Amino acid sequence: MSLELRQITKSFGALLANDSIDLRVETGEIHAILGENGAGKSTLMNIVYGLVAADSGEIFVDDVKKEIKEPSDALASGIGMVHQHFMLVPVFTVAENIVLGHEKSGFAGRLDLDEARARIKEVSDQFNFDVNPDDLIENLPVGVQQRVEIIRALIYEAKVLILDEPTAVLTPQETDDLLKIMKELKAQGTSIIFITHKLREVKAVADRITIIRRGKVVGTASPDASQNELASLMVGREVELAPDKGTHAIGAPILIVKDLTIRDAVGRALVSNVNFEVKAGEVLAIAGVQGNGQSEVARAMVNLEAHVEGSIALNGTEVIGKSVRESLHAGIAFIPESRELDGLIGSMSIAENLILDLHDLPPYAKGIQMSPSTVVSEAEKRKDEFDIRLQSVSDPVSSLSGGNKQKVVLARELSRPVNLLVASQPTRGLDVGSIEFVHKRILEERDAGRAVLLFSTELDEVLALADRIAVMYRGAILAIVPSGVTAQELGLLMAGVVHA
Amino acid sequence: MKALSAADLRRRRSLIVLATLSILSTIVFGLLQKSGQDVTYGFVFDKEWVLISQWVIGSKTASLLFGVISVAASALSYFQFKAGKTSKIASAVGSAGILMSFISWAAAGKFIPITGLLQGALLLSVPLIFGSMAGVLSERSGVVNIAIEGQLLAGAFVSGVVASLTHSTFLGLIVAPLAGCLISTLLAVFAINFAIDQIILGFVLNVLVYGITDFLYKKLLIPYQGTWNSGPTLASIKIPLLWKIPVVGPILFDQTIIVYLMYAVVFFVNYSLFKTKWGLRTRAVGEHPTAADSVGIKVNRLRFMNVMIAGSVAGLGGAYFTVGGVGSFSKEMTAGKGFIALAALIFGRWTPWGAVSAALLFGFAGNLQSVLGIIGTPIPSEFMLMVPYLATVIAVTGFVGRVRAPAADGTPYKRGESH
Repeated sequence: MSLELRQITKSFGALLANDSIDLRVETGEIHAILGENGAGKSTLMNIVYGLVAADSGEIFVDDVKKEIKEPSDALASGIGMVHQHFMLVPVFTVAENIVLGHEKSGFAGRLDLDEARARIKEVSDQFNFDVNPDDLIENLPVGVQQRVEIIRALIYEAKVLILDEPTAVLTPQETDDLLKIMKELKAQGTSIIFITHKLREVKAVADRITIIRRGKVVGTASPDASQNELASLMVGREVELAPDKGTHAIGAPILIVKDLTIRDAVGRALVSNVNFEVKAGEVLAIAGVQGNGQSEVARAMVNLEAHVEGSIALNGTEVIGKSVRESLHAGIAFIPESRELDGLIGSMSIAENLILDLHDLPPYAKGIQMSPSTVVSEAEKRKDEFDIRLQSVSDPVSSLSGGNKQKVVLARELSRPVNLLVASQPTRGLDVGSIEFVHKRILEERDAGRAVLLFSTELDEVLALADRIAVMYRGAILAIVPSGVTAQELGLLMAGVVHA
Repeated sequence: MKALSAADLRRRRSLIVLATLSILSTIVFGLLQKSGQDVTYGFVFDKEWVLISQWVIGSKTASLLFGVISVAASALSYFQFKAGKTSKIASAVGSAGILMSFISWAAAGKFIPITGLLQGALLLSVPLIFGSMAGVLSERSGVVNIAIEGQLLAGAFVSGVVASLTHSTFLGLIVAPLAGCLISTLLAVFAINFAIDQIILGFVLNVLVYGITDFLYKKLLIPYQGTWNSGPTLASIKIPLLWKIPVVGPILFDQTIIVYLMYAVVFFVNYSLFKTKWGLRTRAVGEHPTAADSVGIKVNRLRFMNVMIAGSVAGLGGAYFTVGGVGSFSKEMTAGKGFIALAALIFGRWTPWGAVSAALLFGFAGNLQSVLGIIGTPIPSEFMLMVPYLATVIAVTGFVGRVRAPAADGTPYKRGESH
């Protein structure tokens, strides 16, 4: 089935999210739509799926014009979508989620799930999905939840499948599995629209690439184009994908972690006997598949974990037992895993978020009174230094894009005197331009002689930045390897395989 | 030891609490009690208030007996837990044993009319059960319903007045749900269409209904009591055969039509919520409205409908105060029952049967308090009345089991605003 969009335009207030977009997806092709966060990709797809109404433009399916006003219209036209934030009810089973909206009832209105169960098993077997219809969604790993979404689309006979940033939440292994699944679907005649900003993935599976920048189609490319070419088209200028690590001097140990064990509320060890040290001017990356204890180690660095044993020494001073505030003021900058949940207060202004750590100290406060004008003038200064793109520093921080939010976090954390930078998944969900900026900043900190502890699940990021790489697996450090290691070796370690 | 899931850990913890309480009650009520006094339990088998059977037992012996039963039941439920089986029945027997052990101690030398105690408990529970069903219907679809109190009171007022004016209990019964529905429609319009904070809104609606009914009561119902406020009441109906079941029969099956409607409502809500298409959609919009929208479900329309049904159910429950009870309306006669229904909803973890169990427990505690108050017991009756709410607070803090509201409860839905 082919899908054609003609002159799709949509504006939100003053922002032109989609500006006369034309796009044609042929039967059985994987068509990648490449663009930075905020370029208008998701808006375009929500229009196709009936979640957002376009101001103008037409949609043709197999060259027949379709009115798509509701998701049900899209489904009826054979368009399925796997959303970036899964549209699954966590407390429902797989089967319940899949029948939702298309329920079959038997005697006395009794819900009949048998047919759905059979269809789920059928599709699951066909693609080796290993999905059990009676499992609760909340008990399933993210990768499996995504397969449930794909199964749903297939059961409702989607001939065009939209995948909105499908790999953003996946581990490297799960990503490879998904790319394989996409190729199988294509082989069976399904057309796929693949929304992403990850160049490697585009090159691996796409047949054609359309690049969107600031709501406009700025070009098409073939998957043979180099990563640098694609990135430049996407960002609109030359970008450096692999930052130059350069030469730098490594000094004395700044952070020494000994026998670190972290338990949960009921006493189970989430992290056991972890040992490592980070030297001045060095980036130590802690790699691993999500959920192997890295998040807990990162949080323990600033005493955000409750049940911690062992020792964390910063410049010879014990950190464990201090308050979070004391840890931060001892010279630790902390970039939390989720900037929205833990890094920022969404409804407070950008200026206020920039001084959250120092709000009660001069010059921002005198006694019990705060000085709003100092807060604003300081924010103006940091906005320029960190290239934060905003309309006003008084706007709520939630109005910023992901990349700019992360710049706010960086600007705040790096404004204190810092010996150690702890960065947890610092580029998760960011576009190429912002990733470049964050990476550059991290390397600048390193060059200034600070110790950097980087937690990342992204292989490319780990390889690009680290001097040494520690791989965590099931709460322990499996190995610490030099940065010369290949991606394959690192992938194996992350899967828990140690060479003999 | 194998790792236990969080749910298993909670279950183990609640079983430990049960075992501790049963051992404590055996010791305190059984072993430490002075012997020599008897407790008399009376059971009604046939005609109401005619004593057919008495059971006289030494108070200490009874406390010990029930204490041991509860300990044995706790042990059994622990073994069932270890074996990975459900232990609901054993746990219920254990809890009942603790309670009976306590009553045998508290009523030493006295007479306890068991049938009357249970009958009274059910009567006190009726408005709580209606109210909590209204809560289930509304909150499962994602709209917080603090206005249950107002819906009950509106139902009570309107049904009392209409029955008084028309001399028809039937008409009184018909208009009660309409009155409740009117209040909940206000809730729905402002909460769903205008996205007003649902807790504040519910509270304001309660105050509104209190104010209007107080005003009309003073200006109309008191001066013209003969025409406006002297309605007929419903007669109780005995269900053939069923009402002759010993002990249970006279309690459950010799009631007014409102109580039978309540049974129907509970069964219907439970069945619909978990077994039908409507129920699946209702739970979906209460948990993840965006997901429901993306598969073509009209989120706000479904919520609106559910809130209206909820109000009707609470309104019907309101009729229980007037046509189902004393006939005439009196000022603020629901006396906070709507808020206690809300507590039952939370204690019952937003499930119909859980809410019913909690409402029955609250009703039982209320009635036990008055029965013990009448016969005179060593403990202050106010303390008795406090216990169920203390239990609710403990339940809500997550000690015995984490209480989780529907994820989107209280959050208005507008397409494209949240994930």
